[in-house]
Amino acid sequence: MTATESLPSPSAADADEVMTVTAARALADGTSCFVGIGLPSTAANLARRTHAPDLWMVYESGTLGASPATLPLSIGDGELAETADSVVPVTEVFNYWLQAGRIDTGFLGAAQIDRFGNINTTAIGDYDAPAVRLPGAGGAPEIAASCGRVIVIVRQTPRTFVERVDFTTSVGHGSGPGDRERLGLRGAGPVRVITDLGVLEPDPRTRELVLTSVHPGVTAERAREATGWDLALAPDLATTPAPEPHELAVLRSLTGRG
Amino acid sequence: MILPLDRAVAELVRDGDTVAMEGFTHLIPVEAGHEVIRQGRRDLTLVRMTPDIVYDRMIGAGCARKLVFSWGGNPGVGSLHRFRDAVGNGWPRPLELEEHSHAGMANRYAAGAAGLPFAVLRGYAGTDLVGRTPTIKPITCPFTGEELAAVPALNPDVAIVHAQRADRAGNVQMWGITGVQKEAVLAADRALVTVEEVVDTLEPVPGQVVLPSRVVTAVSPVPGGARPSYAHGYYVRDNDAYRAWDAVSRDRDRFTAWLDDEVFGAAGRPGAPDRAHGEDREEQTA
Repeated sequence: MTATESLPSPSAADADEVMTVTAARALADGTSCFVGIGLPSTAANLARRTHAPDLWMVYESGTLGASPATLPLSIGDGELAETADSVVPVTEVFNYWLQAGRIDTGFLGAAQIDRFGNINTTAIGDYDAPAVRLPGAGGAPEIAASCGRVIVIVRQTPRTFVERVDFTTSVGHGSGPGDRERLGLRGAGPVRVITDLGVLEPDPRTRELVLTSVHPGVTAERAREATGWDLALAPDLATTPAPEPHELAVLRSLTGRG
Repeated sequence: MILPLDRAVAELVRDGDTVAMEGFTHLIPVEAGHEVIRQGRRDLTLVRMTPDIVYDRMIGAGCARKLVFSWGGNPGVGSLHRFRDAVGNGWPRPLELEEHSHAGMANRYAAGAAGLPFAVLRGYAGTDLVGRTPTIKPITCPFTGEELAAVPALNPDVAIVHAQRADRAGNVQMWGITGVQKEAVLAADRALVTVEEVVDTLEPVPGQVVLPSRVVTAVSPVPGGARPSYAHGYYVRDNDAYRAWDAVSRDRDRFTAWLDDEVFGAAGRPGAPDRAHGEDREEQTA
């Protein structure tokens, strides 16, 4: 894990930990967050245990305001239901909460993401003869459409960061400025893509994802090599603040590492 | 009507049926799916928002012709390998797909339950699902002019769900995460509910959903029938079993051997330890 080279040992963070801590920091206290399982769930639960104790986590199983003591493996673990403010039917979580615009942040992963932040979780290659058949849409299309904003958390490789997704499962910024408005998508779409190498954000004018921050020990060149399009660098390219010891300690208590 | 599981499946599930087995991570009717496999049902159109390991098994066993779904994965683990093999290689037979989003599927069930021909939602705009899935159409709001998505009602021939309890009259009680089970049952022509136990009186539980017996065709006592998913108040999710399924399902031979042992073999037969099929209850209630 080269991303850790400049960090102090023995508590050096690996690249996934830097990614997760960076994602957790993107969640403001008191806001609501639609949480997917895996890295988004880890990041949201870390945020609740550090700077955002009043982060209101919604899982698509219908658990509103869940506060699990341990990380769930699935989006419908019993722990989520037992700790939730309310458990509602799936129709309600999508219609009354997500579609009605009551969720501030949607947190998504991706199998492919393109330069305009469009996401593929359906199939790699031709749909009818896929090289890899993926699980499919789940809640993602409407999360991407209707949450106030979207944060994507995904490891950065040329296979994942592609010029154009093979299948648009969830719309980011379409093919550029004005597309979301034309499509009637109410949320702002992806405002940040957090990877194991750095952070990408849409250029305000072109909506194309540009590199705005690199994690400690990662060069911009390395992030560009891990991207399937000619990744532009923000003029004020920053270095991501390294995880604080207390953030790492809490994260490791959640994931069981360390 | 309280029936042992094998009789209930024999009477309610027919070749060629559209079958919806619902359960959103919780209360998944796994044992009922095994019984459908044991009875060799074929050409089913399987409907489910989250076809997880139970549909992976049914697809691998050759029960399904078509899958209507929104997310086909092993939750928290990864892919469904029997599903992928059927889609990619047509093994053991080709599988037609009709895919939606969760929001679309939930609304399709709700329309089916409400007796409406379609549901309307703000969804799918700009996605490639629009051109790919014929059951997604644009519709203009007659009041505001807003362009929205229309999806047709789902009305399965039979819905199968698992619940915590039923009473002897066949009223069903479930609680915890209840997903779209109520909508699926009300949308279907016939409904089979497997339950952890049959009791004299359904004591109220916070957050409960009660399905009146008049919308339930058959109740089958199947204690542990949702394993390795969970039944809130009875047992917890067996996360290790979901992880273990990944290796079993990757390989056709290993999967086939698993089916022979666990579904067709001694361990899968009615009356085997932890796989009671309701005979005891049936005797008690007879």
